[in-house]
Amino acid sequence: MSAAEEVVAEGHEAVEAVPKRAMTLGTGTSLLVLAALLIVPAFVKNFIIFQMTMLLIYGLAVLALNILTGGSGQFSLGQSAFYAVGAYTSAVLMEHANINYALTIPISAAVCFAFGYLFGKPALRLSGVYLALATFALATAMPQLLKLNFLEHWTGGVQGLVVTKPDAPFGLPMSQDMWLYYFTLVVTVAIYIFSVNLLRSRSGRAFMAIRDNEIAASSMGVNVALYKTLAFGVSAGITGVAGSLGAIAVQFVAPDSYTITLAISLFLGMVVGGVGWLPGSFVGAAFIIFVPNMAESISKGLSGAVFGVLLFLVIYLVPHGARQIAILGQQFVGKLRKN
Amino acid sequence: MPAMHVRLGALSAALVLAAALSTTASAQKKYDTGASDTEIKIGNIMPYSGPASAYGVIGKTEEAYFRKINAEGGINGRKINFISYDDAYSPPKTVEQARKLVESDEVLLIFQSLGTPPNSAIQKYMNSKKVPQLFVATGATKWNDPRNFPWTMGWQPNYQIESIIYAKYILKNHPNAKIAVLYQNDDYGKDYLKGFKDGLGAKTSMIVVEESYEVSEPTIDSHIVKLKATGADVFFNITTPKFAAQAIKKNAEIGWKPLHFLNNVSASIGSVIKPAGFENAQDIISSQYFMDPTDAQWKDDKAMIGWNEFLDKYYPEANRADASVMYGYVVAQGLAHVLKSCGDNLTRENVMKQAANIKDYEPAGLLPGIKVNTSATDFAPLSQLQLIRFKGEHWERFGEVLSGDVGG
Repeated sequence: MSAAEEVVAEGHEAVEAVPKRAMTLGTGTSLLVLAALLIVPAFVKNFIIFQMTMLLIYGLAVLALNILTGGSGQFSLGQSAFYAVGAYTSAVLMEHANINYALTIPISAAVCFAFGYLFGKPALRLSGVYLALATFALATAMPQLLKLNFLEHWTGGVQGLVVTKPDAPFGLPMSQDMWLYYFTLVVTVAIYIFSVNLLRSRSGRAFMAIRDNEIAASSMGVNVALYKTLAFGVSAGITGVAGSLGAIAVQFVAPDSYTITLAISLFLGMVVGGVGWLPGSFVGAAFIIFVPNMAESISKGLSGAVFGVLLFLVIYLVPHGARQIAILGQQFVGKLRKN
Repeated sequence: MPAMHVRLGALSAALVLAAALSTTASAQKKYDTGASDTEIKIGNIMPYSGPASAYGVIGKTEEAYFRKINAEGGINGRKINFISYDDAYSPPKTVEQARKLVESDEVLLIFQSLGTPPNSAIQKYMNSKKVPQLFVATGATKWNDPRNFPWTMGWQPNYQIESIIYAKYILKNHPNAKIAVLYQNDDYGKDYLKGFKDGLGAKTSMIVVEESYEVSEPTIDSHIVKLKATGADVFFNITTPKFAAQAIKKNAEIGWKPLHFLNNVSASIGSVIKPAGFENAQDIISSQYFMDPTDAQWKDDKAMIGWNEFLDKYYPEANRADASVMYGYVVAQGLAHVLKSCGDNLTRENVMKQAANIKDYEPAGLLPGIKVNTSATDFAPLSQLQLIRFKGEHWERFGEVLSGDVGG
């Protein structure tokens, strides 16, 4: 059995064991994708650039969930809450404190990291579906917390906050959309490289050891409590960055933007992209952005049902999501070379 | 007959003039993106899915109405191409759909995007792009702000206008009332409450209790019991249909009989009064601006007959008890009126100019005496309401048509 076949064959546990090398793309493919992402915006309309920006942003959020679930084996349905905290941190800082948008992003990351880490503490006692439920509660509570009266002065309550979109700096001849796209791309690439290296590091090995067998991990000397909360913190921090970028790209934050539907979409993106396969996060993001639009164009009244059917097809035909397709593609290319 | 000769002369002179002008007239046709000799592209964003999907009916009715217009030859010979997208009531999705409509589908304007948060999300974008965001489907007061947002216009009487009208009525007829207010804890409820307090002015102390509830609560019975305990004799009920029916029922159950003001949002006989029981709803006061299709008094009205014919032919599966169907029918006529008055000058600027220049227009379906009026400083097309009182099995209009303009 090749390594790739192993990955697909082991589907019995809740979260499969993905060897760390199978978590990323080869260097050549990565550079090719990056080149495409750099060049395409020069040839398309602003609207497409906006959609590509949203793709990167949701991709980041799915990536964060992937580190948590695919990496450390913990479930979360509460990512929308971290996303909301990141978005609101940026929006409030930009609109009330006049802080530069670029500076609000590390602040969001720090705030969300702290929030996630603290939430991870009590959640430690829970695992599997119970943890999913606890985070679900967080996601349901968040929109209502944002509406609270004593926060209304900063959050704008139900009316939300309008965010000013930044212009390209240094007088670059670029539209706002294009500038924001490249800005997002830089942040995304940085976080992607960070994530890949994190999972290859000692901490990443600890995450995966916990995912595969908690008892074995702790008897090897891994501090289970520390690494589980750390995974939560990192995941929340990255989601917060995605939230910040999302707020700037959409130019508006309101409690209704960050409901449980968003959390479920992100979860769905992760499954479709392939749990534990980092590049799949962006494929998953593309699925949650474009497939609802496709479903709507097929039938307006039944868009939900059409979306459901498409999702069924994906789950039945390629249960391991985009990763499976990538592996099949790889094997096909390998065979061609042999012949 | 000399008089006749003069007229004939004038006519022929006019004909010559018209012939001379016709060449220049065709040269004067002006178009922005989204309009051409044969077609006008109109964008629309509706929550066909998600928590507010019940309102998706409005989009379907409008689409049916434009099919009717097209079947009858279009507007000034141009067909309406109505492109309607789903945003599931989620503001980020609204932004994506609005950008798709403006930048990819290249519509002339966006009409009737629904909901306060979704419209807030795209307001800045639409105004910076200078694309009309016309007749938004929300009752918030902030859409009437032509100075800061000259490309955004509301449609229906806003919440504050309505509660000011109730406040005025209470001040005049019940100056010593003790008022209990129940409101939904969101933008809609708070907008109503603000208007009500503004209307009471110095006498806000008349409100003895303000109680709020969350949409997620299964029932509001406990709130009603609490309100009764304060001994209030006037009840202002700011609730959405499901809760309004609960409140009316509970009032009757516990024998609380205050003077009951019910917001127009829940004035539907089919979805509120009937489920709550006709006997429990007697003497409730509310207000309306269009005909309630479930109200038998309009059965033989010309507007109602026209509405029924339209539905038979273009939207037979519509639920005729749903007030949203009438709402969509009325506002679609409003857009057709604006486009018609644009003539051959279909620029975005002229669309806003014509929309801000409606005088005493009466689309079919409005209550008698209620008219659409706008001006360069008044972006609230409908700002009149008729007080109504529930008697027997239908609403009885009483008093004059009342108005009040409030800006955002």
